Amino acid sequence: MAKRHFVPKADKEYTKADFTSDQMVKWCPGCGDHAILSSLLNTFPKTGHKKENICMVSGIGCSSRIPYYVDTYGFHSIHGRACAIATGVKLANPALSVWVSMGDGDSMAIGGNHLIHAVRRNQDFNITIFNNEIYGLTKGQYSPTTKFGQITKTSPFGTIDYPFNPGELVMGAQGTFFARSLDCVPPLTSQVMEAAAKHDGTSVVEVLQNCMIFNDKTHAAITDRAVRDDRTIVLENGKPMIFGKEKNKGIRFNGRCLEAVTIGENGITIDDILVHHEDTEDTGIHMMLARMSGDLPVALGVIRNINKPSYTELYEDQMDECMANSKYKCVDDLLNSGDTWEV
Amino acid sequence: MSTNQIVKKDDIVVRFAGDSGDGMQLSGTLFSDASALTGNDIATFPDYPAEIRAPHNTIAGVSGYQVHVGSHIYSSGDKCDILVAMNPASLKSNMKWAKKGATVIVDIDTFTDEALEKAGYKENPFTDEMERDYTIVKAPVTSFTSRIGQEQGADKKTADKCRNMFALGIIFYMTHKTLDQTFAYLERKFAKKPDVVKLNKAVLTEGYEFADKLEVVHGHIFEVAKATEMPKGRYRNITGNVATAWGLLAAAERSGRRLFLGSYPITPATDVMVELAKNKGLGARVFQAEDEIAGICSAIGASYAGALACTSTSGPGLSLKSEALGLAVMTELPLVIVDVQRGGPSTGLPTKTEQGDLNQALYGRNGEAPLIVVAASSSANCFYWAYTAAKLALEHMTPVILLTDGYLGNGSQLFRIPKVADLPSITPRLAKPNDPNYRPFRRDPETFAREWALPGMEGLRHRVGGLEKCPDGPLSTDPENHALMTYNRQEKVNRVANYIPDQEVTGNPDADLLVVGWGGTSGALTLAVEEMNNEGKKVAYTHFNYICPLPKNTGDILRKYKKIVVCELNNGQFLGYLRTKFPECPMHQYNKIMGLPFEVGELKECFTKILGE
Repeated sequence: MAKRHFVPKADKEYTKADFTSDQMVKWCPGCGDHAILSSLLNTFPKTGHKKENICMVSGIGCSSRIPYYVDTYGFHSIHGRACAIATGVKLANPALSVWVSMGDGDSMAIGGNHLIHAVRRNQDFNITIFNNEIYGLTKGQYSPTTKFGQITKTSPFGTIDYPFNPGELVMGAQGTFFARSLDCVPPLTSQVMEAAAKHDGTSVVEVLQNCMIFNDKTHAAITDRAVRDDRTIVLENGKPMIFGKEKNKGIRFNGRCLEAVTIGENGITIDDILVHHEDTEDTGIHMMLARMSGDLPVALGVIRNINKPSYTELYEDQMDECMANSKYKCVDDLLNSGDTWEV
Repeated sequence: MSTNQIVKKDDIVVRFAGDSGDGMQLSGTLFSDASALTGNDIATFPDYPAEIRAPHNTIAGVSGYQVHVGSHIYSSGDKCDILVAMNPASLKSNMKWAKKGATVIVDIDTFTDEALEKAGYKENPFTDEMERDYTIVKAPVTSFTSRIGQEQGADKKTADKCRNMFALGIIFYMTHKTLDQTFAYLERKFAKKPDVVKLNKAVLTEGYEFADKLEVVHGHIFEVAKATEMPKGRYRNITGNVATAWGLLAAAERSGRRLFLGSYPITPATDVMVELAKNKGLGARVFQAEDEIAGICSAIGASYAGALACTSTSGPGLSLKSEALGLAVMTELPLVIVDVQRGGPSTGLPTKTEQGDLNQALYGRNGEAPLIVVAASSSANCFYWAYTAAKLALEHMTPVILLTDGYLGNGSQLFRIPKVADLPSITPRLAKPNDPNYRPFRRDPETFAREWALPGMEGLRHRVGGLEKCPDGPLSTDPENHALMTYNRQEKVNRVANYIPDQEVTGNPDADLLVVGWGGTSGALTLAVEEMNNEGKKVAYTHFNYICPLPKNTGDILRKYKKIVVCELNNGQFLGYLRTKFPECPMHQYNKIMGLPFEVGELKECFTKILGE
């Protein structure tokens, strides 16, 4: 059956300016959120969707202010519930292109349940997780992604919580799309957001974002220009997993786990390097890639992107079928169905 | 039987009791359906345990179903004229519901030493006193049913499942009814299983014939008067939960909005979702959410996107939805929240009825968060109150809580089928695309309702959310603005009083005593007041469905009476609400918190006492 498209196309081309709102952006100067906003504004014109049919939904936190800064329909809701609200928006009107923004606490602590269930159902909306590994708007408490042992306002002696990895969570919930980017590389963020927009079903884009005030440089170990090329790898579908300043490092599967190797050393050739297939149904390698850290570069780009009917598709197909085959054409038919009698 | 053995009665109450899984709910339903189809007015009340199959033969596992049939029925009745007890535990826990002189039918085969002990009987339950005060029918239900099963080649398990049919056969004989309605039901229900139809029909017939041969029941066969005062029209039997679901469907059709229900299973509200899920064919968009919070939040999202959005729940679920309710108040979106109340607090008594959520509905949110509260007062009128809740939500742009309860939701009643076109019109307050003057919180000068601009509409892009906004839409923390917006939200709900009918008084309006009730208690209260007036006492009665806001003449009514008693199935929540609004009116209270509906007897006793003071 041909793929169904629900969101109407625009009859004109938009630019970033068309989506920029007149509201004052109130994030701290230098916050990574500014760059993510800019990436998003760059992405919307590329989706080709009618402007009126784009709807932003957010929860609570710094990142969740984003609907005010985007000139679309928007819902700035309550803490953790963005996915649940987005679910209703999309079910009530599948012609809407729905974009959810959440922070790490919003999406994985108070809203963890809604996130995994939205992902499990393959709800047709695009989620951006702004991951700064801290509660910013409440001024610096540890979040579900804060590094183990980190000292924060509520962990003065260091956290003893093992952090979540959003990618693992998404794949554990049978997610169909997961990508990662850095706030300091807006072109990459736009690129993965564009891929997310094209994906039918739940897309989750994690952006590693810096909070200058309460968790400055939390991602510096991988984002600093001096180390970035060696500490990260940008995955490209169908291409070998090569990284490093000299483009001579790669990822290899050694039979037990992934390892970083140098091409030309110890007899390693390009043929030993894994080729990225974002559309592999099995989550095994994608999960390993999402988890890479420490000795392995942190994976960026689209890590997983598989085809699976979205909730919207399944829902609309079922509704169409039920309505076409319904015994009752109107509520009067229903009221008069079964045993009735005249007095 | 000869006709002179038949006793004519205005009404009778039949109670079916057995182990969970004995099919008592079905027996009760089939009896009430057959009665309704043959011209009686009816009301039913299922009284079942929270456990699906509690240990066999224990009190914990007893499931009951009471049917009240007659010419003019308000409630499911206090005590029964006929009790069916399928095992010792059901007899033990249900004898308190039998009138003195009632006929008690037991499956004597189940009265083994072991079962008697499990039920807590230390000696033979059939004492001389019991044999004297009641007509006991010791029917060999299990052995007769097994024999028929064997004759038809059915295994024991299948045969045992038909025991309820034997009991039902006896009841049909004793109420002077035929088996035709139930035969038709069996043929319809098991159309593809002729063996099952044959076996059930045979057992039903055997029960009927068994009763015919019984000397002991002669003189206890009732012919119940048919309903005579019912308005002309087409009727059906309906439970409150189904009526609620259908009312929402009708409102969606009439308003032209898609129906969305976001919900999570919870006793005793689940059947609202179950019923709507069956009706996707009529466009019902049902979403079973991951929890109560997602249930209401998905509904709020759907409302933002333009649906008639609803969520259904019971007490603990409403607690979980509190924060999101505040969001719906703040965003001023239409939303219907159905709370089928049960015994609380916490998990409480999930399968029992109570009116304990009134305060939660009125006040259970942070900040100043007014919304509309209405309550249904019969199983059948759940249809109209669900419809009304939707109408008010859509026309006044606000969440509306509809309070029903386990008694109304699971109970059933005759329902006069309306035509959807005859229901009041519903006009959602939709904004006009490209209206240059659109502002998210621009209000109708009369109702104070804002306009509903839907994503997808051209030229009306705006943001809503939980943060305080100014009338033009943007965020505002300005002190004056917050005061204004708080006033506006309250005033919008207050002004709903301009659009609802006056409160009515029934009974004797010149009475000394005014009985006040609200919600699901109207059956017993109406009958109690009627009987008191028939007995020459002067009692007036007013029953509230509009709880917040109250009808405008409420104070005028209350101030007219010297004595007032507010009756409710909680510790006095409506009383407290009325006292706050009308401190000048002294009020008595009558409360019951036993997980059970009011009985007419206890109400009359209370009213008589207050009249005598």
